[in-house]
Amino acid sequence: MVTEHEVTHIAELADIGINTGELETFTHQFNAILEYFDTLDQVRGEKTVTRDLGNVLREDVVEPSLSQEDVLRNAAHTEDGFIKAPRVM
Amino acid sequence: MTGHQICFEPDDRYNAFLTTCTNVPHGKGKLSGIAVAVKDNISTRGIETTCASKILKGYVPPYDAHVVDLLKQSGAAIVGKTNMDEFGMGTTTENSAFGPTLNPCDTSRVPGGSSGGSAAAVAAGMVRMALGTDTGGSIRCPAAFCGIVGLKPTYGRVSRFGLIAYANSLEQIGPMGRSVTDVSTLMGVIAGYDRYDSTSVDKPYTHTPQPEIKGLKIGIPGEYFGAGVDPKVAKVVNTAIGRLEELGAVTVPCRIPSMEYALAAYYVTCTCEASSNLARFDGVRYGPAADTNKSWHAAYQEVRRAGFGTEVRRRIMLGTFALSSGYYGKYYAKAQIARENVKRDFARIFSGVDVIAGPTMPTIAFKLGEKSDPLSMYLSDILTVPVNLAGIPAISVPCGKVEGMPVGLQIMGRPFEDERVIDVAYAYEQAVT
Repeated sequence: MVTEHEVTHIAELADIGINTGELETFTHQFNAILEYFDTLDQVRGEKTVTRDLGNVLREDVVEPSLSQEDVLRNAAHTEDGFIKAPRVM
Repeated sequence: MTGHQICFEPDDRYNAFLTTCTNVPHGKGKLSGIAVAVKDNISTRGIETTCASKILKGYVPPYDAHVVDLLKQSGAAIVGKTNMDEFGMGTTTENSAFGPTLNPCDTSRVPGGSSGGSAAAVAAGMVRMALGTDTGGSIRCPAAFCGIVGLKPTYGRVSRFGLIAYANSLEQIGPMGRSVTDVSTLMGVIAGYDRYDSTSVDKPYTHTPQPEIKGLKIGIPGEYFGAGVDPKVAKVVNTAIGRLEELGAVTVPCRIPSMEYALAAYYVTCTCEASSNLARFDGVRYGPAADTNKSWHAAYQEVRRAGFGTEVRRRIMLGTFALSSGYYGKYYAKAQIARENVKRDFARIFSGVDVIAGPTMPTIAFKLGEKSDPLSMYLSDILTVPVNLAGIPAISVPCGKVEGMPVGLQIMGRPFEDERVIDVAYAYEQAVT
């Protein structure tokens, strides 16, 4: 069982924002869904899966790309050709 | 461009489109002048692309998805962007921030999802073909519910470059149309290698559907006709399979024991991938503005609470929880074992049969508002998610009606045998029309 306190913590970790009014519903639904996920406890099989696949890597080659104007077009706040973000410190 | 254009002014009474383009220029090629609709999670240069989410309202991609590029090169006219469950998260197209799409067969019912707008646009005759995306059944479910044909290609066969990601390891772009031939033609345009998708496989599609299925071995999994499947739907699908037998196919009963855990494995995997993929929506580079005067977390949470719908927030939180410290082994690691077991079951069955057949969906289209509880909506994906976990191709083709609503026959194939599932669907379609 997850508690309302844990759901609040998860919402915080996910930066999702949660209203106190929706906390009870989310918690109730989480418990129903997680109870269903618990069927996975019964799964048996090999833990490590090896695949005969390689990484797709290449040399870094400079090619024509989007213009600065195109890249900035969808940003709400820009300044001197940069995207402006909320402060992180 | 050759100066040709088509005029597109549809009567969109089903809310199939989020954006329509009135005068659309097109070039010459295989799809010259054919109106094609594109699901709104596929990037279209210069045309708003929202994933049916408020968090991307006003976003105009500066580039085309690879498949859109290929459509344009083939002469197709991209006439609009179709409605969907927000970011592809849903089975009904009711989780759209811009209102639900209605099922053209019965407007009191959902069209299925998440590619419900594409399915409704095709079913209503507004366009001849459409692109959808299928993460856990999102092409096949609405195809079944609206009575059209939809193909989920083998993973890697169609480039995902420019598809706004929800669950990368599961999703594929695929063709939807009123006939198997149209679906095959559209597949021929969009399949092939793309160096901008690191999971792209160099297997172009050049096939023309063949109706010959004499001697074909069809596996019939008991799980697809058991508990949870409406007996009326099972009966219609059984009759359709009988039709394939009349055409010379041989049916073989089989079991997929791993299906017991497939749905849980699917939902753990997709929510985990979603929690990571959707972290990029922060109101900084696109979407509604974040308040730059606030601290990072405060601004970020404000934008995401207002911009994401309830189901999207629920899935991001579930994925965050499943990946959080102490729970990884219980959920994600177990889900990957279960996923491998599904792959093994399919490989074992396909060593003895050529294709597997069953219903696409366990029921006919739900009434609007019927699936208000999230878990009951998730459970309706049980027959479609195994295919995504295994990465194999599967098609849904209309095979009859129950209570006046269409039922889909699902044909699943070996990896990279998209041609074969198309042939079986074509054989059925030709026999009944």
